Amino acid sequence: MKSNRAVRLPGGLSFRLDVRALTVVVGLLAAALAASVVLIGTGDFPMSAADVLRTLAGEGNAGQELIVNELRLPRVLVGLLVGASLGLGGALFQSVSRNPLGSPDVLGLGQGATAGALTVIVVFSGTAGQVALGALAGGLLTGFVIYVLAWKRGVHGYRLVLVGIGVSAVVTAVNGYLLTKSDIVDAARAVVWMTGSLSGRDWDQVWPLLALCAVLVPLVLAHSGALRMMEMGDDVAYALGVRVERVRLVLMLSAVLLTASATAAAGPVSFVALTAPQLARRLTRAPGPNLVAAVCMGAALLVTADWISQRAFGADQLPVGVVTGVLGGVYLLWLLVTERRAGRI
Amino acid sequence: MRVLGLLVSAGVLVLVALASIAVGAKELSLGEVWHGLFGASGTYGDVVVADRLSRTVLGLLAGAALGLAGAVLQALTRNPLADPGLLGINAGASAAVVTAITFFGVTSLSGYVWFAFLGAAAIGALVWFLGGSRGATPVRLVLAGMAISAALFGYLQAIMILDDAALGRMRFWTVGSLASGSDAAVKQVVPFLLAGSLLALALARPLNAVAMGDDTAKALGANLNRTRGLSMLAATVLCGAATAACGPIMFVGLMVPHVVRSFTGPDLRWILPYAAVLSPVLLLGADVLGRVVARPAEVQVGIVTAILGGPVFIFLVRRRRTAQL
Repeated sequence: MKSNRAVRLPGGLSFRLDVRALTVVVGLLAAALAASVVLIGTGDFPMSAADVLRTLAGEGNAGQELIVNELRLPRVLVGLLVGASLGLGGALFQSVSRNPLGSPDVLGLGQGATAGALTVIVVFSGTAGQVALGALAGGLLTGFVIYVLAWKRGVHGYRLVLVGIGVSAVVTAVNGYLLTKSDIVDAARAVVWMTGSLSGRDWDQVWPLLALCAVLVPLVLAHSGALRMMEMGDDVAYALGVRVERVRLVLMLSAVLLTASATAAAGPVSFVALTAPQLARRLTRAPGPNLVAAVCMGAALLVTADWISQRAFGADQLPVGVVTGVLGGVYLLWLLVTERRAGRI
Repeated sequence: MRVLGLLVSAGVLVLVALASIAVGAKELSLGEVWHGLFGASGTYGDVVVADRLSRTVLGLLAGAALGLAGAVLQALTRNPLADPGLLGINAGASAAVVTAITFFGVTSLSGYVWFAFLGAAAIGALVWFLGGSRGATPVRLVLAGMAISAALFGYLQAIMILDDAALGRMRFWTVGSLASGSDAAVKQVVPFLLAGSLLALALARPLNAVAMGDDTAKALGANLNRTRGLSMLAATVLCGAATAACGPIMFVGLMVPHVVRSFTGPDLRWILPYAAVLSPVLLLGADVLGRVVARPAEVQVGIVTAILGGPVFIFLVRRRRTAQL
């Protein structure tokens, strides 16, 4: 099967259809939804996939309705949205910094959000909602500071990563200081939050995330053509008619918003933002940022990881971040082995 | 010019070391420091000097070790962003310490040292093996290091969530502090730090050849595999020993070689000595400052280094095109 096809519409319009990329996106979406159904059925009160689907369609009994609609569905939706946001945010950062390691974890956004959350937990002993707000504020502030400090007649990818590392070091130190100053109960709460967890998430977290994604995902996708040009270098993109700085500002702002709000909802879940775009790119084998595939991959990864953490350690013993960390390690090892076998590194 | 700079830096280092002995909860005059160092007769001041001396020695050697390890790793991986954490050494040490606390009930700081050092060494060896041992390339080493770190940090966090006692100790250990500089702990790691430093300094010329790219280096007659193996060994010993004694102090190993490269250029024969002198200036200076700002308590050196070093690093990144490798 040819992976690229030109589709011609009547009236002289034509566009390129990448069949392989499309297949990958559909496959990943199906995987994410299937994992979600299985995850809804997992817990102290197990349900079969058929029961879950019937309840979602509104035909379950009262007990099933309560468990599915009030307890487990919002958690899974938060997982899907957080995974999608992290996947997209990671893809944007990697593309803008032209560096496969330029993920929000490396740039210090996760650390910044953590600082905000830790301040609320340790200094004010705030509620879960206040912690989320603190994390959001911390993440946004850190993103703003990094962008301003990296600005010098434009933002250069390499400088962005370096400034991000500097900011990240300072914020990490602040986090360590806050942890040493807290009492042990707050510290335990902070560590669970810092690992990234989906436990106890309800509809209050779903709606803001959903609204944000509904605005930002189309906005970002509308700029994906410009982003693809920018991967060839600023000068080439400029010559091709892309308003480089403006596009970069819009995309960076979106990436920061996506990452910060995902972190506010679930904590800094490690490695999803780093691995989802890379895995997506390897599956589609298409050049360019692969934004849609990264979104689906992020959602599928996070929900699957949450299911693994529930199955492997029992309900809510260990948060999802532990599993994504270990999965990230396995992914990198796999990358090492396959790339070596292919003789590329 | 570069010789003069090195002498001036060494002079600054001596001053900072003296300040590190003089400053603290009990202030000493320079005269008292002198008396304690060279004519100790058991006065109160002499006891304080002896106590702070081992901490200062640890700061000097660990600082030099971190700077050297960072410079060697950046040259080895040809990546200016490489730091000792990248090859999994910090993760190995942290995982070993948390294991020691949770499963072996070790509670004293000097008890951690051997666990941390063994953990760092084991992970260093594992990364070297996974990276392809004799066929190792920079990308393979970095990937292997990141993979191992990721898995180990997952383990670390899982333990900290399940075991409150481990959390209580690890949160102090992971920020990095020189306060563990008791005589016993320092004596355990000093031989490793010295040997590693000498090895790193001796690697300057072969690493210069490696920096030109594999093909050129081979054409020049450099033995790539031996250089890479010895560099990994030096970095693991240096960073493992420093981490074992002080906890994972981030950022010194990343930042100091960066700063040094901006005025020495890419020649490692100058970068390594400068890094060995300027890193302890940063580390000891931060330690002194940490004792002053929150008197009579202290802020751990790992925190102060990052808070001081971060802005300096960002300033340098902004001011000029950072010297590429």
